[in-house]
Amino acid sequence: MSKILVIAEHDGSSLNPSTAKTVACAASIEAAEIHVVVLAAAAAAVAGEAAQLDSVAKVLTVEGPENEHALAAVLAPQIVALSAGYSHVFGPSTTFGKDLMPRVAALLGVNQISDIMLVLTSHSFKRPVYAGNAILTVEAPADKVVVATVRIASYAAVADGNNAAIESATVDAELPDHTRFVGVQSGATDRPDLQTAAKVVSGGRALGSAESFDIIYALADKLGAGVGASRAAVDAGYVPNEMQVGQTGKIIAPDLYLAIGISGAIQHLTGIKDAGTIVAINKDEEAPIFEVADIGLVADLFKAIPELTEALD
Amino acid sequence: MQKILVGLKRVVDYNVRVRVKSDGSGVETDGVKMSINPFDEIALEEALRIKERGEAEEVIVVSVGASEAQQQLRTGLAMGADRAILVDSQESLTPLDVARIFKAIVDRESAELVILGKQAIDGDNSQLGQMLAAIWGRPQATFASKVELAGNKASVTREVDAGLETIEIDLPGVISVDLRLNEPRYVKLPDIMKAKKKPLDQLSIEELGVEVAAGIKEVTYEPPSERERGVMVDDVAGLVAALKDKGLV
Ligand SMILES: Cc1cc2nc3c(=O)[nH]c(=O)nc-3n(C[C@H](O)[C@H](O)[C@H](O)COP(=O)(O)OP(=O)(O)OC[C@H]3O[C@@H](n4cnc5c(N)ncnc54)[C@H](O)[C@@H]3O)c2cc1C
Repeated sequence: MSKILVIAEHDGSSLNPSTAKTVACAASIEAAEIHVVVLAAAAAAVAGEAAQLDSVAKVLTVEGPENEHALAAVLAPQIVALSAGYSHVFGPSTTFGKDLMPRVAALLGVNQISDIMLVLTSHSFKRPVYAGNAILTVEAPADKVVVATVRIASYAAVADGNNAAIESATVDAELPDHTRFVGVQSGATDRPDLQTAAKVVSGGRALGSAESFDIIYALADKLGAGVGASRAAVDAGYVPNEMQVGQTGKIIAPDLYLAIGISGAIQHLTGIKDAGTIVAINKDEEAPIFEVADIGLVADLFKAIPELTEALD
Repeated sequence: MQKILVGLKRVVDYNVRVRVKSDGSGVETDGVKMSINPFDEIALEEALRIKERGEAEEVIVVSVGASEAQQQLRTGLAMGADRAILVDSQESLTPLDVARIFKAIVDRESAELVILGKQAIDGDNSQLGQMLAAIWGRPQATFASKVELAGNKASVTREVDAGLETIEIDLPGVISVDLRLNEPRYVKLPDIMKAKKKPLDQLSIEELGVEVAAGIKEVTYEPPSERERGVMVDDVAGLVAALKDKGLV
């Protein structure tokens, strides 16, 4: 039997959807008992949400002012202390989990598996490498704890209708003070979250300016979609970094993805491989994006996008 | 500060369309263009800028891998690094092994700052910096898009899913860099000539006193399932019809 500890990702007040997807991966391991741990300044609200997730047997809370911000150097020793008795420790492959889990693994003296996309057995998994151009099957040693991140685009969130027990835990760990949170700056948006939106509209370098991105936002709002971008569009400063989709940005799996004025570089395609339907609008009929698009339209986006937005009335 | 260590990994160039070997043992590398991992070039550029601002004395580039990685180290020296260390290893090492090797070099050199790429584009693991920081017992500032040093502190802006997060760390420490931190300089021909005279030391894992352990086993590589080319529509009306057909609008 596997006993799995899932590290909850949250912002202090609500649970990030990545947690329900990480739990889904854990639940695909046979005969798994899954616990979720919430480390926070005040954990009640987040723990309440985690307790509703199907497949979760128990929610642990570790509260303290040092856990107000998710600093890997501070969280990792606490997770190490909590991990005794668990066969697996999982986190999401988001920037939160990617920062944290290797630190946990190294403190435990074990390797870490990044981006689990499929569970084969309790100790063997598939994961993408080379920007998703190869899939690697890995096997973790049976006698050691498995520390891993879960590629959340590969999993649908578990449903919530559960009512798991919530227990507060105390940990005995020495916490460093060499790392301090200063602040976070995010381009606040009312649009659906890029990583969980059912529909996403992304714009590329072709937009040419931040102002031109307005036609992308207008289309997205009509569709009720989240908005993403290529690296080139982010680098050029048209949109903030958190909108980047791809190998080094967000890996997403919406039902509908519209790539507008994006050429389709492998690094971008890695981020959208699992999308349901990919639509590409590009004026170059040779653009590589058309090789993976389910529906392609060769057109000037400055004409086609306003037309499309209007046609969707 | 005295010394900054920078990791340079030799990887398949990012422009190459990677193919899995038919026997599933890895990806084709015969006759394939190899380069410095793009993130590592950015790490080196940052270290060089810190040195050029007078905030560090020496920049040392380190590669762990096959002897062919000398080529990438020479490029690093041509960019401006002062010297290079190659830790010879023919076998494939896990990130934890490589972290232990880096830790041994940190100790040997008494380095105060290690700057690494946030991930290597071959294994896409994104683990080394975090693991090194953990076994060193020092701070990590991952996915950096801005680095400011002040005395023995660094203020680092990190690209996170929510936006830009700023943290302050005490040095010594580890910084892993993201793509928007800087644009690496181009190497000029005279610099390539000069780089030939710069020291490149070779060390073995045994000399460093590191024991590599069997870790995660790579069982088999396979190509990903390919998406198929779909249909082309003639105009916006055709697109709307196709989307309606699929029940997407
Ligand atoms: C290590 C590394 C990591 C990377 N990670 C990422 C990543 O995470 N995400 C990412 O996206 N990229 C990433 N990249 C960059 C990637 O290689 C490409 O450079 C980038 O995706 C290109 O963005 P683009 O498609 O917007 O721009 P371009 O490649 O310049 O394409 C613009 C497209 O717009 C079309 N176009 C121009 N004008 C119009 C018009 N009026 N109407 C319609 N179409 C028009 C053109 O035909 C072209 O196809 C990475 C690169 C490296 C080296």
